[in-house]
Amino acid sequence: MGTASDIKLIDENNIRLDGRGPDELRPIKIETNVLNRADGSSFIEWGGNKIMVAVYGPREAYPKHNQDINKAIVKARYNMAAFSVDERKRPGPDRRSVEISKVVSEALEAAIMVELFPRAQIDVFIEVLQADAGTRIAGLTAASVAVAAAGIPMRDMVVGCTAGKVGNKIVLDLSKEEDNFGQADLPMGILPKSDRVVLMQMDGDLSVEEFEQATSMIMKATKRIAQIQREALTKKYEIQQKEQGE
Amino acid sequence: MPKDALGVLSEIKKSFITKQIKEGRRGDGRKPDEYRELRIQTNYVPRANGSALVELGKTKILVGVKIDAGEPFPDTPNLGVFTTNVELLPMAFPTFESGPPNEMSIEVARVVDRGIRESKMVDFEKLVIEPGKKVWVVFVDINVLDYDGNLFDACSYGAVAALKTAVVPGSKYGGKDTQLPINNTPVSVTIVKLDDVMVCDPDLEEEQMSTTRVTITTTEDGHIRAMQKGDLGYFELDEIRKAIKMSSDTGSIIREKYLK
Repeated sequence: MGTASDIKLIDENNIRLDGRGPDELRPIKIETNVLNRADGSSFIEWGGNKIMVAVYGPREAYPKHNQDINKAIVKARYNMAAFSVDERKRPGPDRRSVEISKVVSEALEAAIMVELFPRAQIDVFIEVLQADAGTRIAGLTAASVAVAAAGIPMRDMVVGCTAGKVGNKIVLDLSKEEDNFGQADLPMGILPKSDRVVLMQMDGDLSVEEFEQATSMIMKATKRIAQIQREALTKKYEIQQKEQGE
Repeated sequence: MPKDALGVLSEIKKSFITKQIKEGRRGDGRKPDEYRELRIQTNYVPRANGSALVELGKTKILVGVKIDAGEPFPDTPNLGVFTTNVELLPMAFPTFESGPPNEMSIEVARVVDRGIRESKMVDFEKLVIEPGKKVWVVFVDINVLDYDGNLFDACSYGAVAALKTAVVPGSKYGGKDTQLPINNTPVSVTIVKLDDVMVCDPDLEEEQMSTTRVTITTTEDGHIRAMQKGDLGYFELDEIRKAIKMSSDTGSIIREKYLK
């Protein structure tokens, strides 16, 4: 994790730098079908994160030797815009984004009913327009909505959420300062109906008890985030109904 | 994970392994929490500042550490620099090709790197030559020579063993050669799920038929320093708890026996 710092990230009353309590999420807003061309799309604002996701497919997998005769392959591409971070990021994939793309693809594939689409490919493009800590889990949360909005059958949604350790305390949904100067970071992807874990990474220093505390915080929060996802999706159909009625 | 030379693991083999594992035995006769024979030979390449040849079952990898003076990162002017790279050599497996690093080698390198970095194994504060200007840069280069499953752990053990024997070449710059400052010994243990059974240190066959994988790195104090879930399946929370226990138990045996 980050380097030692004099910044006090959480005070005696368990109030964090941005005024949140330990188990409080930053504001989350999700919109669906924000893009015209894509088969499904979504836009998420999670704290200061602004992430747009487009889904294309299922379509024929290309190159052909990548095809799987038993199922569709899910290819997520996590990408950060050059201007999304403080110091300009060189455009194009780096080692970090290759790794994130891989784990996000795997997490989505666990939820999508890939066996219905042999030889096909489902492309999920995750573009981070502005980064503010927790981009991979915000991107995963939005990607799951975009896949659903594309009408692709899924077993469950995927909800991403992070917990971490700052000032020796376990907190939910790390902010940028907490991410940079905290002691541990645990991003997880959860199927909210079954509480199954489809994405998990961790770095820093957690005891087994702290891990328990962090995961129970995440599990509770996923229910709230899943609700936001559901509302974003149902809202899409409300609007359509209205248009048809007029 | 790549498929075997024929492209698939035969269904007969798969059902044999599944049947065996339900009876608590693995294809090669191991118990679920048993790792394969591990051999570590340090100082295998004296030309490097530290090195280790690791054989984990039939998986064989070679780690070389090179240490040189260089510039620190602007955001950490008072810390040494650490980089890890994994080369999946074409000699190691029929479908490995030469060329730039692919997803698999990047993931292995980053998981190994994270375990070592986050455990604070190497004392990077002691690797500063001139604050903000010149620090020691530690390059860990891992070559995979023969692939038979579980690169994560083989590479991690090799990197840890090589770093423990590594020498900072101060004499090259008019100083003294010193041992690389080491704080602790992180041990990574990879666990896969075969049907519903969790086994550690999967060989290639087990890796190919497993639904999901997790790599957990722990230190002497039993704390978790890094984790990475991979592959397409899922874990129940209880399974993760079990994996953490398995990792720290098996990890402490490996630490005592091979990485002292």
